[in-house]
Amino acid sequence: MIDKKYFFKGFKSIKGVGSPAIALGASFIAIGALLKNLGFSIQESVFSTFLTYALPGSLVMAESMLIGASLINIFIAVWLVNARLYPMTVALMPLLIHENQPRWKYYLSCHFIAVSSWLIMKDNYENIEKENRIDFWIGIGIATWSVAIFSTFIGYIVSDFLNKDLLIGLAIVNPIYFICMMLGAMKTIQISLSIVLGTILGPAFYFLSPEWCILFGGFTAGTIAFLFGEINGK
Amino acid sequence: MASSILIVIIVTSLATYLSRFLGVVSAEKIKETSKMFRWFNCLAYSTLAALIARIVIFPSGALSEVDYMIRFIVVILSIAIFYLTKKNLVYPTLFSAIMLSFLITYL
Repeated sequence: MIDKKYFFKGFKSIKGVGSPAIALGASFIAIGALLKNLGFSIQESVFSTFLTYALPGSLVMAESMLIGASLINIFIAVWLVNARLYPMTVALMPLLIHENQPRWKYYLSCHFIAVSSWLIMKDNYENIEKENRIDFWIGIGIATWSVAIFSTFIGYIVSDFLNKDLLIGLAIVNPIYFICMMLGAMKTIQISLSIVLGTILGPAFYFLSPEWCILFGGFTAGTIAFLFGEINGK
Repeated sequence: MASSILIVIIVTSLATYLSRFLGVVSAEKIKETSKMFRWFNCLAYSTLAALIARIVIFPSGALSEVDYMIRFIVVILSIAIFYLTKKNLVYPTLFSAIMLSFLITYL
């Protein structure tokens, strides 16, 4: 059903010099602590990461609950902040789809799409034959997802020991990991330009709309980079 | 309250899975060699870059209490460590937390 060789090859991505474990661990420990302070039980906190596994979404959920937002408003706010997962999925799955593989693998494993797992897969897919990529991806997904769930559990337990300075330290780790991964991904003009323009336009659009700045800024930046790359031969 | 937390968790996860699910539906019709795929690839990277830039420049949580100059210094030094260690990701991530704690304590 799932080729173990490729599954474990993917699973091992959490070890070594490119490991996302520290970054993922740091941010989900913070989430665990945050959910505890919000009144979640330990089961609910772990279940939340298990089911959602997308950091900004969990943060928005927490913020919305604090202000007592309605379920509809929570749904819209979370959908908005996690809508980036749509272009990410469209930019990943065509690389993994193979006619010899069953469809359910794709619809189930898309749950593992999050920034770190996505960047790792994008960095490594070329080394794996297309037919085996989905099993490799499921390995990466299960590994990063497990780290997130386990860290939420740890964060919940140690929350009393996490003072403000420690939480600040935890908060910087994930963005730094992402920045370094993105710099490593800048291999073509189109991707490099997408990243540079996104970095500029995302915050620039913040002044127009804090809620929409990531989607508007990202859409504008990506489209300009795409057109520039197509005209200039990628 | 217990049941309502559970409902909020499920609503959050559905709102998140929706984008992933629709992504797979669209991906079934898109070839990796097509222009459409390249466009979405650009959109994915630019949206991620926008998200990360927003987290660093306009943070909402614990980071918002750190002066922007300190954030800037930590980012630059971490990038330097990333290149000095031949693109090792463990060192810059570890050092970023240590540097930030050091800077907010002594500056």
